[in-house]
Amino acid sequence: MITTSGLTKVYRSRGREVTALDGVDLHVREGEVYGVIGQSGAGKSSLIRCVNLLERPTSGTVTVAGQDLTALAGRGPRAGKELRRARSRIGMVFQHFNLLSSRTVQDNIELPLEILGKSGKERSRRALELLDLVGLADKAGAYPAQLSGGQKQRVGIARALAGDPKVLLSDEATSALDPETTRSILQLLRDLNRELGLTVLLITHEMDVVKSICDSAALMEMGRIVESGTVGELLATPGSELAAALFPVDGDASGPDRTVVDVTFHGEAATQPVISQLARTYNIDISILGAALDTVGGLQVGRMRIELPGHYEDNVVPIGFLREQGLQVDVVSPETALVKEGAK
Amino acid sequence: MTWSEMQPLLSQACWDTLYMVGWSTLIAVVAGLPLGILLVLTDRGGLLQNVVANKVLGQVVNIARSMPFIILMVALMGFTRWITGTTIGREAAIVPLAVGAIPFFARLVETSVREVDGGLVEAVQAMGGNTWTVVRKVLVPESLPSLISSTTTTVVTLIGYSAMAGTVGAGGLGDIAIRYGYQRFETQLMWITVAILAVVISVIQFAGDLAARSLHRRGGRSGQAPTLRLLKARQPAADVSNAA
Ligand SMILES: Nc1ncnc2c1ncn2[C@@H]1O[C@H](COP(=O)(O)OP(=O)(O)O)[C@@H](O)[C@H]1O
Ligand SMILES: [Mg+2]
Repeated sequence: MITTSGLTKVYRSRGREVTALDGVDLHVREGEVYGVIGQSGAGKSSLIRCVNLLERPTSGTVTVAGQDLTALAGRGPRAGKELRRARSRIGMVFQHFNLLSSRTVQDNIELPLEILGKSGKERSRRALELLDLVGLADKAGAYPAQLSGGQKQRVGIARALAGDPKVLLSDEATSALDPETTRSILQLLRDLNRELGLTVLLITHEMDVVKSICDSAALMEMGRIVESGTVGELLATPGSELAAALFPVDGDASGPDRTVVDVTFHGEAATQPVISQLARTYNIDISILGAALDTVGGLQVGRMRIELPGHYEDNVVPIGFLREQGLQVDVVSPETALVKEGAK
Repeated sequence: MTWSEMQPLLSQACWDTLYMVGWSTLIAVVAGLPLGILLVLTDRGGLLQNVVANKVLGQVVNIARSMPFIILMVALMGFTRWITGTTIGREAAIVPLAVGAIPFFARLVETSVREVDGGLVEAVQAMGGNTWTVVRKVLVPESLPSLISSTTTTVVTLIGYSAMAGTVGAGGLGDIAIRYGYQRFETQLMWITVAILAVVISVIQFAGDLAARSLHRRGGRSGQAPTLRLLKARQPAADVSNAA
């Protein structure tokens, strides 16, 4: 639904150049919620603003719903008619809501419809429908200043949906909200994604956002995407930083000659009694240092940090056994680092 | 001078002042509003970025702004005659008053419009709005309270200018103060003129403030911290791909 290829963005101000995007290839499938996570300054906003060409990419292409937007952009800095029409089919919500303070809630939602040239009757019908959808039916006549942060963002979302977009872009939509409100806004986005088949690209610096609603995620660092995939794929990727952050388990080795491994269960493997099988088959004592069961991106996932007696070399066979059972095993004991370095 | 002698003089003078100030304000707003908006739009990072146009407009406005009104009035005499056919009288005074007030109001408009949150502009662009939509739906309505205050300031300033215009036979309250108060030592008449001016200015200021405040309260700056992200500050960088 959204594809960027070789996207770069270089800002030049007062002779200094900042490379905000450095060859970003992003692929967002139709109907999914895709999260891009990264620290402040990683280039997330630049990326999402390039998707609807609020920011002109320095090079690379952006395709949304099969349409190459970069080709529509034209030469000058101003957006031509074609690009503006394409933008009207892409909804966008903002961290600071960006509602017009001079307009009522209803009039704010009608704004995109005014731009599309809809009649007054149609605009108000649609606006009231959307207010109902986001649960603010009673606030039509209120001004943004009279709303709470969460309510403002609901209005922002309703406004973004006014033009019936297939794609919704969200730039830190929950970053100005408290945790409770964040949850309810994320829930709303999830519901919209499900009910309307809306494709959502959201950027955030909070792992919880990705964890609670994303089907896929990408990790961004210094203008590059360093990891990406569906949540399932990420969790199945050994050494994935995103997976570890999405689903952390703690626990330290109880002694020096121990091997600590993280075992991740998903799908069918989660129901197999593998740990007891392991203990019985190899006659070893296993201690569980930490464990968690959680839903990540709608997937039931378990992760367990276990400790096996002996060094890594002594446990190659049991670890192989776990892998054979379809589990993902990441060895975390410090010796492995040494083993790996020695192997280089 | 008795009150019955003063009364027709004063009411004619009041009317002349309001006439001159009213028309010149109208012209200043009609011309200054687009000029002020253009000053913002053509600036670096603006929607119609055009550095040359911006510099030229800015210079013209600065020069006109720094010109003492009395000099402007004399300098524009030829222009005034060309437009109104005369250089004396209240119609003739409207020309230099308007010319002086346009850049003054334009600068105030520029300041007001710059304070509009750049995020709002971006939101409208993301909806597919063009520059004209941004001006009509965002820049003007969102800065309206501030634009009303600017208009009030302009009216009050023009009342002051119009008194100077009185010295070249434009009539009005300034003219009375000079001709009777200064040249004929009609102190009483002069003080009445001063009092009328004070009342007129206070009423205008009060009405303007009231209008601005009622709009402000309605929309209001929300509970949010004052995020006056300036249009300019939002996008300081020239785009390499466009600059190339
Ligand atoms: N308009 C701009 N002009 C110059 N530099 C910018 C501009 N916008 C962003 N940058 C720079 O680009 C980098 C990435 O910024 P941004 O995309 O906002 O990151 P994020 O949203 O991940 O915090 C930062 O170093 C930032 O300073
Ligand atoms: Mg950002």
